[in-house]
Amino acid sequence: MHDVSAHFAHHTPPQGFIRKYIFSVDHKVIGKQYYGLGLFAVVVGMALSWLMRIHLVWPNFAIPGLTWISSAGAPGGIITPEYYLQLMTMHGTLMVFFVLTNVPFAGFGNYFLPIQIGADDMAFPRFNMASFWVTFVGFCVLFAAFFVGDGPPLSGWTAYAPLSAMPGTGPGQAMGQTLWAISIAIFCIGQLLGSLNFITTTLDLRAKGMTLMRMPLCTWAWFITSCIGLLAFAVLLPACILLILDRVAGTSFFVPSNLVVSDQLVNHSGGSPLLWQHLFWFFGHPEVYIAILPAVGIVSHILVNSYRRPLLSHKAVIYCLMAIGFLSFMVWGHHMFVSGMNPFSALVFSFPTLVITIPFTVLTLIWIGSLYGSNLQINSASLFALGFISMLVTGGISGFFLAQPSIDIYLHGTYFVVGHFHMVMGVAAIFGMFAGTYYWAPKMFGRMMNDTLGKIHFWGTFVGTYCIFMPFHYLGLAGNVRRYSAFVDDYLAPLIPVHKFISIAALCTGAVQLIFLCNLIYSRFKGAPAPVNPWNGTSLEWTVPSPPPWDNFGGRHPVVYHDPYQYGIEGSSGDYVMQDSPEQIPTVREDKDLM
Amino acid sequence: MGKLVAVTLALITIASAIPIVAHIWVPPADISTHGHLIDEQMSDTMAEAGVCFIAAQLILAAFIWMFSNRKPGDKIKNFPGGAKGLVTAAFLLVGTEVLALGFFGTKAWADVFLIPASANSMPVQVQAGQFAFYFRYPGADGKFGPIHPDKINEANQNIFGLDVDNDPDSKDDIVTAEMGVPMNKEIHLLMHAKDVGHSFYVRELRIQQDFVPGLDLSLHFTATKVGRYEIVCTQLCGLGHYNMKAYLNVMSQPDYDDWLKKQASMQ
Repeated sequence: MHDVSAHFAHHTPPQGFIRKYIFSVDHKVIGKQYYGLGLFAVVVGMALSWLMRIHLVWPNFAIPGLTWISSAGAPGGIITPEYYLQLMTMHGTLMVFFVLTNVPFAGFGNYFLPIQIGADDMAFPRFNMASFWVTFVGFCVLFAAFFVGDGPPLSGWTAYAPLSAMPGTGPGQAMGQTLWAISIAIFCIGQLLGSLNFITTTLDLRAKGMTLMRMPLCTWAWFITSCIGLLAFAVLLPACILLILDRVAGTSFFVPSNLVVSDQLVNHSGGSPLLWQHLFWFFGHPEVYIAILPAVGIVSHILVNSYRRPLLSHKAVIYCLMAIGFLSFMVWGHHMFVSGMNPFSALVFSFPTLVITIPFTVLTLIWIGSLYGSNLQINSASLFALGFISMLVTGGISGFFLAQPSIDIYLHGTYFVVGHFHMVMGVAAIFGMFAGTYYWAPKMFGRMMNDTLGKIHFWGTFVGTYCIFMPFHYLGLAGNVRRYSAFVDDYLAPLIPVHKFISIAALCTGAVQLIFLCNLIYSRFKGAPAPVNPWNGTSLEWTVPSPPPWDNFGGRHPVVYHDPYQYGIEGSSGDYVMQDSPEQIPTVREDKDLM
Repeated sequence: MGKLVAVTLALITIASAIPIVAHIWVPPADISTHGHLIDEQMSDTMAEAGVCFIAAQLILAAFIWMFSNRKPGDKIKNFPGGAKGLVTAAFLLVGTEVLALGFFGTKAWADVFLIPASANSMPVQVQAGQFAFYFRYPGADGKFGPIHPDKINEANQNIFGLDVDNDPDSKDDIVTAEMGVPMNKEIHLLMHAKDVGHSFYVRELRIQQDFVPGLDLSLHFTATKVGRYEIVCTQLCGLGHYNMKAYLNVMSQPDYDDWLKKQASMQ
């Protein structure tokens, strides 16, 4: 462990509004800025999904106000086929990058990682500030795509070449696609800065007694996520640069010769569309674990607090996180089974894809097994944490099908895939974010959120998301192709009633989210004052005031004496012992065989 | 509240399983020689997935019911066998299951993608371009004339960029907007992408393959049932992606011969 006192000898309290709230080097402010950006992005992303779902089942419904945003894309409020795809592309891009990567990792991680390890701040506070503002610039560049030329790109968040590499292939594929590629490249830089910070901070700034194994599980998840991010974003960044070069500098990394667009021969040669797919998915698969692992850590952290007992094995969870991180780099080809790559390699990629089921199963069994015999406390946070388990199980099991190349022949490109990734990555991660918000809002804002509203929010979201995304799997089994702006094929007509059900469920579930937004905003200003430790938690964030001062621990250096989850024992505070409590009382014996 | 969560989760689990068990939304009847292997693999996977899904959700629901808001005096209990038992179970049960599924599914994959088309398969070329599929038959000489990309001109109906005047092999090539094949005859489908990525998907045939610009890819299949089936594009290719489709007509040999003659006369 390093002597951190010298590190922050120059660290002084911020002065002035700009330094305190705008260009702040305080990891807590930066965490809230990431959270706020993610909140804005999720509202926009969700609104885009409503537009998509409305268009699919009520295509002639004139959406009020939409023509003002894009008169070409929605003349008279009616969405054109290309605009549907453009909205879809922005929905995916905003959600995956600016929500799922931002909030659980950069948002909560920035706020709580330093506190949980007993540090005053991140290792590189100025890098940290830069990482947020770089991300913010990336967001602005992306958002600008809505308002330029013929609008945002229509090639999906996956931006396959040569569709994405040639400006003439459709509306939005000129300026919109270029802005998209620039935005994502900028986003990569922000993430790389953030990952460097997380890794260095975790390894170097832990307080005395805070061994790696004594770190809370969310800290472990943020640490492993940042390792994955460092390697994955380091590949996406050059991929985006190559794409930009193909688009504006006449290179042909991704475009072969002899292509004909609109009866004109395209002036490119030598490139490989599959190269884009390999580069993108080499990033893209680890990215989905970047999206879910922080939620896994946050949910584990909240569950153990709600169970009032340690997990059956703390170390098994950590080893699973490591295994998932490692395996995540081996499976990218499962997105490309029918892509035209060597079909033998499909069998090779299938193997680790199936094997990655094992650590996820271990995690699920540990969560459920630890619930057995526990003293489960029900509150908004624990409800969403339990809901997370259910969503991860559902979403993960649909992966059994897609992991097998033979079955993927039928299910690839159908709504089955869309149902799978929405449940396992989208909904599960959102549940993790909600759980984290209800759990940590008291610490972040010094005010309690309304628990009754939180429970209503849970009910509407839990039932609602199942109503939306379970039918996606049935549509996929029937062969309903994805990314269609309308259902004109003969075999799709009987499936439209299912789509109507989904659209209605989506709008209702969306409306329920207003309860959360109102609760969050109202509580921020008028909620009941939060105590230091409202949930009787054991980790270090519950030893500092709500909200914490600018240097977290008020100048003191915490010393850690215990494992992070000493619940279910007779402590002087109740059925738990804080990590920094010098009380030498027998702690709960964890499964020694796995310790 | 915990008991209500448990009951709701149980109801959602059962409701989710009903459409599967009742076969409400299923793949259409298989009309290929290899498809039954895929269908068997899907059934096996569905059975195992179903058991895992129902068991996990119902056990989660049961534990939420049993252990939420217990009395203060109740002791904390360990799951029998503890973590070691659960981890071992995960490795053994799930590990065996997924590896078995992976192993037994390789034949279905190999039949489609690793075994080449047989020597007496009938070649048909398909070109995918924004936003239509077109097909080409080699004609009596059995040879396809070369494609000249600079001559591709949909406005002038020269879909494949053929130079009929200078390439003798192109003279008898037959270009069609619908695909016709004789029943029970292996077809070797040669795939060419004109502009961007597309994909060839016929649900009933249980085949799907992307078109990759710059790559010569192919598929082979044998259709076993007369009928008219939809070929749809499954790789996002632009604004007309939703409408990019063609029909596959599987016919008896005499009917196919008549159809091809008629197509040839319309060139």
